[in-house]
Amino acid sequence: MRPLSRKATCNSHGQDSSYFLGWQEYEKRPYDAVRNPTGIIQMGLAENQLSFDLLESWLAANPDAASFKGNGESIFRELALFQDYHGLPAFKKALTEFMSEIRRNKVNFDPTNLVLTAGATSANETLIFCLAEEGEAFLLPTPYYPGFDRDLKWRTGAEIVPIECHSSNGFKITQAALDDAYEAAQKRNLRVKGVLITNPSNPLGTTLTREELNLLLNFVNAKDIHLISDEIYSGTVFNSPGFISVMEVVRDLKLENTDVWNQVHIVYSLSKDLGLPGFRVGAIYSNNDAVVSAATKMSSFGLISSQTQYLLSALLSDKNFTKNYIKENQRRLRRRQEMLVNGLRNVGIECLQSNAGLFCWVDMRHLMSSNTFEGEMELWKKILYDVRLNISAGGSCHCSEPGWFRVCFSNMTEDTLNLSMQRLKNFVNSMNSSSSQSHHQRMKNSRRRSLTKWVLRLSFSDREPEER
Amino acid sequence: MAVGIEKPPVGLSRVAISQTHGENSPYFAGWKAYDENPYDEIKNPSGVIQMGLAENQVSFDLIEEYLKQHPETSTGGDHNSNFRENALFQDYHGLPSFRKALASFMGQIRVGRAKFDPDRVVLTAGATAANELLTFILADPGDALLIPTPYYPGFDRDLRWRTGVKIVPIHCNSSNNFQVTRQALEEAYNSAKAMNVRVRGVLITNPSNPLGATVQRQVLEDILDFVTKKNIHLVSDEIYSGSTFSSSEFVSVAEILEARNYREAERVHIVYSLSKDLGLPGFRVGTIYSYNDKVMTTARRMSSFSLVSSQTQQLLATMLSDKKFTENYIRTNRERLRKRYDMIIEGLKKAGIECLKGNAGLFCWMNLGPFLDKPTRESELVLWSSIVHEVKLNISPGCSCHCSEPGWFRVCFANMSEQTLEVALKRIHDFIKKQR
Repeated sequence: MRPLSRKATCNSHGQDSSYFLGWQEYEKRPYDAVRNPTGIIQMGLAENQLSFDLLESWLAANPDAASFKGNGESIFRELALFQDYHGLPAFKKALTEFMSEIRRNKVNFDPTNLVLTAGATSANETLIFCLAEEGEAFLLPTPYYPGFDRDLKWRTGAEIVPIECHSSNGFKITQAALDDAYEAAQKRNLRVKGVLITNPSNPLGTTLTREELNLLLNFVNAKDIHLISDEIYSGTVFNSPGFISVMEVVRDLKLENTDVWNQVHIVYSLSKDLGLPGFRVGAIYSNNDAVVSAATKMSSFGLISSQTQYLLSALLSDKNFTKNYIKENQRRLRRRQEMLVNGLRNVGIECLQSNAGLFCWVDMRHLMSSNTFEGEMELWKKILYDVRLNISAGGSCHCSEPGWFRVCFSNMTEDTLNLSMQRLKNFVNSMNSSSSQSHHQRMKNSRRRSLTKWVLRLSFSDREPEER
Repeated sequence: MAVGIEKPPVGLSRVAISQTHGENSPYFAGWKAYDENPYDEIKNPSGVIQMGLAENQVSFDLIEEYLKQHPETSTGGDHNSNFRENALFQDYHGLPSFRKALASFMGQIRVGRAKFDPDRVVLTAGATAANELLTFILADPGDALLIPTPYYPGFDRDLRWRTGVKIVPIHCNSSNNFQVTRQALEEAYNSAKAMNVRVRGVLITNPSNPLGATVQRQVLEDILDFVTKKNIHLVSDEIYSGSTFSSSEFVSVAEILEARNYREAERVHIVYSLSKDLGLPGFRVGTIYSYNDKVMTTARRMSSFSLVSSQTQQLLATMLSDKKFTENYIRTNRERLRKRYDMIIEGLKKAGIECLKGNAGLFCWMNLGPFLDKPTRESELVLWSSIVHEVKLNISPGCSCHCSEPGWFRVCFANMSEQTLEVALKRIHDFIKKQR
């Protein structure tokens, strides 16, 4: 075989983690209410399936947008030819207005500072290409979205250094954690170029507090580095405290005429709020002209289909629709989250108190046989194979404490969610009335052996989460 | 364009501030002149005519007619289940029905002389993404790809900018119609070696941009033998394969491989896109077809950064599955492009201008060498500037395509109406008369 590049042969694409094994097992025996009622229920996929009906009614009432018609006339030709990396003006306008609406109009976005990309996956990678290179690093609070290992590091050559967060304070970012991370980077001879946060957080499902945002802005200001705020879940905030965008805090702290103004960048996408991951709609927003200029040119490598830009510009320009959608979507998410939280509470499982996102951060430390990541994996496997639920283990999110799991709640019907709670209930009850210790010990040993087998099998698998 | 080594301002990366995106070359200056004063038949008849844009606008009516006859194509049929499923579909394997339709379309273009396996089709947001992706996979920073000159100016950015890979030219000239020779290949390879640069592959565009001509079978064989001997890769960008005026004149590297029983096929990778043949650059539909499993798998994973919109995949899956439509389209498109080509060649001939004998693409390779003051790049740029600013035609100077012989220009003919082309030809005619 011909030799390939180092990038092609390394493992930075991140395909060898448990995150994928769960996916793979799910694909083999997926739950279906009718055809496979004992199959695995997918709770590892952060998709928003709750509000499609709202989109579908809009489409039915506005057929022209999908049929290449504008004002009754065919605009097929213009759209087919439109490949300007500055993006469809009407779409950028509608998207920035939508972003403002989500932020209760506390922030106004200028469409000329918006760069369109094929999904947030592309946006994040593009920003790192613009801001960092080999030998340099971005600091990320843990736990974080497993996909970042690929998106931020693979082709850019940049590194990630974790900002360790702990359950003792609800996984909030602290000054000490920031300083420790910065120092750890220095020790590894890495030049720190910035901090990347996800707000609301994946996998925590919480919005960052104003204190945390102040802390972060002061930190990046003092170190003269960048701050990327991935706000992909901003439209999913369903409870108080509301969503505070980093851009809002920059204005509140009156930092518009300082260096920090040019060092804060937002990433957005319609994959979560609107449930359209297939359409590949992402964006970078920055007040830094050099970043916007470089990112715009780089977006050539991942432009959004003009067909899609057109459809969504019509959709998002309909302010009656967006107002209703945002509100109703949040209401449904809140309801679902409550269902999950209560369902878990009924079997003695608590979640981190959350107010956003499509998932809960669940505390199953008390169910582990040992307070280790091995114990976490063992529990995760039991849940995958015995309870037949695919959830995401905290270790794959780089959580520093074992025993936490991300459980999604918006990618299934209510009935399925209820069923998953029932299965969990049965599992927990059976654990409580479990027989002798030696039986437990034997199970542990056999699972440890099986774990090794599965881990080996993993490295040859060809699966990847395309989602968060 | 060297990467600067000074400290980047405001903490940006070297990639971000480098000039390797190439946007400061004359190729783009002409665009600026056009943007500032675009020709319009009615509103601005003395404006600049855009002849620097390789777009195919001659066959839209065929697609529009299809969409009219099959309205469910764009709305995705039955709303409820299809919309939902489609909106959620982000699998980097791509929509199976679309891959199948695309593989079949590629086979049709080659008139069944080569077949493509839908499971090997990797989708990317345009050929721009495909070419960059392949470069990331086949080469490390500091390595080089050999590319025959003249070549598409965009390669300077697509293949080099973020990848850190170099381009070493395989010099071609008019003495043999700019075909690649074995000697030129060796010379390019050796010059890379002399610079201590590791060559990872050869990248050709077939049919060629900007020549507007297909690569001859013997040349393809020679190139394949060369990459085999040097143990390197071959990327064949066949983006204009459906724009060959006669289907029998295009030989794809896929055919050569089949004739060789796929021996050494693992080093060959084909790039394709619907931007030229179907005239859909806005939809961002590209593909990598690699005969190498590891490349294919890696490319698929990397395509996460540039997936094709599922909405677009769905639309095109439906349309390209209609064999009656595709057969008629391919045939009619070829005829119309040939007609345009004949028109421009005839018109230029009348003005005393010769072109390279072409048989494909959306442009012709025009020789203004006889009209240069001196056979130099500077002279070429002076002449080009007059053409852009006085004759008001935006055409692409050969130097922006790295042509080693001054005086050649790429002139597009498929991105305008016949009337506009007549106007352009008249202007050239008058200009040349004045020169004499």
